[in-house]
Amino acid sequence: MRFKIGLAVAGTFLAASIAVRLGAQAPPAPPATPAAAAGQGAGRGGRGRGGPATFPAQQRAAADPAIVARGKGIYEINCRACHGPDLRGGDQGGPNLLRSQVVLGDQDGELIAPIVHGARADKGMPAFTLSDDDVKAVATYIHDVLRSARGQGAPPPGPPVVLNIVVGNAQAGQAYFQSKCSACHSATGDLAGLASRIPDPVDLQNTWVAGGQGGRGRGRGAGAGAETPVTATVTLPSGQTVEGRLVRIDDFIVTIDPPNGLERTFERHGDLPKVEVHDPRAPHRDLLPTYTDKDIHDVTAYLVTLK
Amino acid sequence: MTLKTLILTTSLVAAPVALLAGQNPSAPAPAQPTAAAALPPGNQGGLNPADIYKPLADEWPTYSGDYTGRRYSLLTQVDRESVKHLSLAWVGSITAGQPAAGGFGRGGGGGAPTIVGGEGTGEFGNGSAANIKGAVLQVGGVLYISAPDNVWALDAHDGHELWHYFWKTKGGTHIGSRGMGMWHNYLFVETPDDYLVSLDARTGEERWHVVISDFDQQYFSTMAPVVVDNHVLVGTGNDLDSPGFLQSFDPETGKLQWKFYTVPMNQGDPGLDTWPNLDAARHGGGQVWIPGSFDPETRLYIFGTGNPTPGYTGVGRKGDNLFTCTLMAVHVDTGKMAWYFQTSAHDTHDWDSAQTPILIDAVVDGKPRKLVSTAARNGYFFTVDRVTGEHVVTTRYGSTTNWGKGLRPNGVVEPDAGKEATIPGSLVSPVEGGVTNWPPPAYSPDTGLFYIQEHNGFNIVYLTDPDPRGSMGLGGKSVFNLGSLGDYLTAINPTTGAIAWRHKFEGGGGGGLLTTAGKLVFSGDGSGNFVAFDATNGTPIWHARIGNISNAPETYMLDGRQYVLAAVGDTLYAFVMN
Repeated sequence: MRFKIGLAVAGTFLAASIAVRLGAQAPPAPPATPAAAAGQGAGRGGRGRGGPATFPAQQRAAADPAIVARGKGIYEINCRACHGPDLRGGDQGGPNLLRSQVVLGDQDGELIAPIVHGARADKGMPAFTLSDDDVKAVATYIHDVLRSARGQGAPPPGPPVVLNIVVGNAQAGQAYFQSKCSACHSATGDLAGLASRIPDPVDLQNTWVAGGQGGRGRGRGAGAGAETPVTATVTLPSGQTVEGRLVRIDDFIVTIDPPNGLERTFERHGDLPKVEVHDPRAPHRDLLPTYTDKDIHDVTAYLVTLK
Repeated sequence: MTLKTLILTTSLVAAPVALLAGQNPSAPAPAQPTAAAALPPGNQGGLNPADIYKPLADEWPTYSGDYTGRRYSLLTQVDRESVKHLSLAWVGSITAGQPAAGGFGRGGGGGAPTIVGGEGTGEFGNGSAANIKGAVLQVGGVLYISAPDNVWALDAHDGHELWHYFWKTKGGTHIGSRGMGMWHNYLFVETPDDYLVSLDARTGEERWHVVISDFDQQYFSTMAPVVVDNHVLVGTGNDLDSPGFLQSFDPETGKLQWKFYTVPMNQGDPGLDTWPNLDAARHGGGQVWIPGSFDPETRLYIFGTGNPTPGYTGVGRKGDNLFTCTLMAVHVDTGKMAWYFQTSAHDTHDWDSAQTPILIDAVVDGKPRKLVSTAARNGYFFTVDRVTGEHVVTTRYGSTTNWGKGLRPNGVVEPDAGKEATIPGSLVSPVEGGVTNWPPPAYSPDTGLFYIQEHNGFNIVYLTDPDPRGSMGLGGKSVFNLGSLGDYLTAINPTTGAIAWRHKFEGGGGGGLLTTAGKLVFSGDGSGNFVAFDATNGTPIWHARIGNISNAPETYMLDGRQYVLAAVGDTLYAFVMN
């Protein structure tokens, strides 16, 4: 339940004027880069106010590490088989403890202990002969894991998972490239060494689909060179033209930043004056509705070969 | 096919508003004001609950202005001709937090009292700038405004502060307060840490507060309570795989009247066959966080529910996941479901369908119909019969929306499983925020058009948690935003789903809408302009650059003058004709 801005890439040139798109039901994750932050617009809010993770599970004071370690040991022996190594449930049907109403409502084992001792035996949770102290230690361990849960209900970070996104057919990707991209791009020209410049396939895929770097990444810089700005040409009734970086355009105003000189702003009245916007990314954006996911994955599989 | 919805005639619009109650064929008839008659004398005054049944005009007594959800005001002083004379009457800023943090309003209130309540320490939420992201009530010449942990009363003539209430919170997600409900002299507001707080509207003094959801389970509450007679309807929010519900409280005592879960909670509950098991259903989400509409004839409260959880990884909740992302009707007096229509079956993109639905009376295939329409965050527009839930229209209004692959015979969109998050990435439109979100749409019976802000864009959505158990909450994915594919003010014919027109925003779109019998639509654009559009064709007629509008504009009549009100963050701007 969140409302995130949809202007990250295209919006960068309008960052100053596109401030807020309305509100959110839940706070957005922090943007990856300052450029992305600008594109996201101001006023989106951080993770709540007054600090991160302000639910009770995350507000807990840090527990004694020795008790956490002891609880973890007891968990591994008695609980892990059913509730999983990450507490998110296991093959043998034990429920996810990190979203359990019992766990979330528990303070110091008082709600967990009766269940450990057999209160839910009829529902398949066997009784364990653990001492109250041991149950408290397990509860301390579970609460300690929950403390590190990220926002919006996401689980605590686990061990890094390496996922290979290069699953496409490079040959098919090359054919697609020849057919659809080669009018503007060349594997031995502008894209030579692309995969060396952008070694991470995710960044590479994001960059080529977006038609350039920028926008909201995954926290790793794209590094594909400087972004070409959006420009505009305003033709005044006198025939005079003013050209430069497009600072702002809406139904009423267009503001141009010419290469040499002050920003200039013109009122807009319908089609007057004539305004031509040159967005280097527009051709790529216009292609988005035409791609299949297979096209994208195939082209990525081809582009990662351009070392 | 045809535009047969011009039921509200021009002559009716021009008639005195008082005469309209019960006469306007496109507005519900007012119910018997039984609640008011039964009140103890001390509670007389303020807002008579029966007044909310009247078509929207001089006051703004509930979230959408009236129960229809139309945000259509009968006021005509400001119209397409006169709007060019609309100019600033006053600017009023509000300051959140404890008095020590500057609680004595900058709006010229100087010395207005701040009343402090709350169960927490005030450590969270204090000292932040207020952001008005919900409805402002206008009753008896007083504006009632809320932001998380804060409520203000301002004089509607000049914006000066009358009182301020500050709630010391225990924490939680402080993302917005969508406004308040009112019953006689009592106000009702939800807090991020899950209380329903009732204030005396005359003084800001607290009457009582009650727990509405479990803060330990990570619920957070933002919805504007909706008052219907002696019911205070209250929803809540949650991102951690918890069940959604709607509750009704007694406005006098705060006692719970009924509680309606939006997902199956017990064996035998309806909809359970759309989940793999009861545990998945009980963690299935379907939060109720945006006010709905109310039909006095059937006494049905009609609202939308939020997304299923876990949000992006549906592997552990195979099935349609009723009643998440569903338009629902419950009897306001009993909390029993009358009908439902699912607007996203098995959502896997966090696209709530909680948007405020709009009650519409129109002719379909030659027959007058009682309808309800909703433009969902997922990019589809729906019209159903509001008495029976029978499907009438499904149409795609998001220009680039690509997650559906056709319609089922019952009008439900068949989701394309290929557009779920995948490890190599899935190209998905719209973006997470959706084609629309909480900012409300509007409907004008004059034009027969349903107005909505349409946001188009694509994401690449990567699955980062391929665990066969599914992830939790909104975790398990990473998204890359590819930019805007165009934002529009869009007008839809609700009986056919056809797009009547689109007005493109060159600098990005805005949020909530207001329409009036002056044949205007008011909204912000994404460039900091507050704009009045011609409701018949979307031409911008008037604007003022006051900053990006953070709520939906409203209008009211005071001392013979029509005010148009918009909020920009912590500041209210009131415009009048000069």
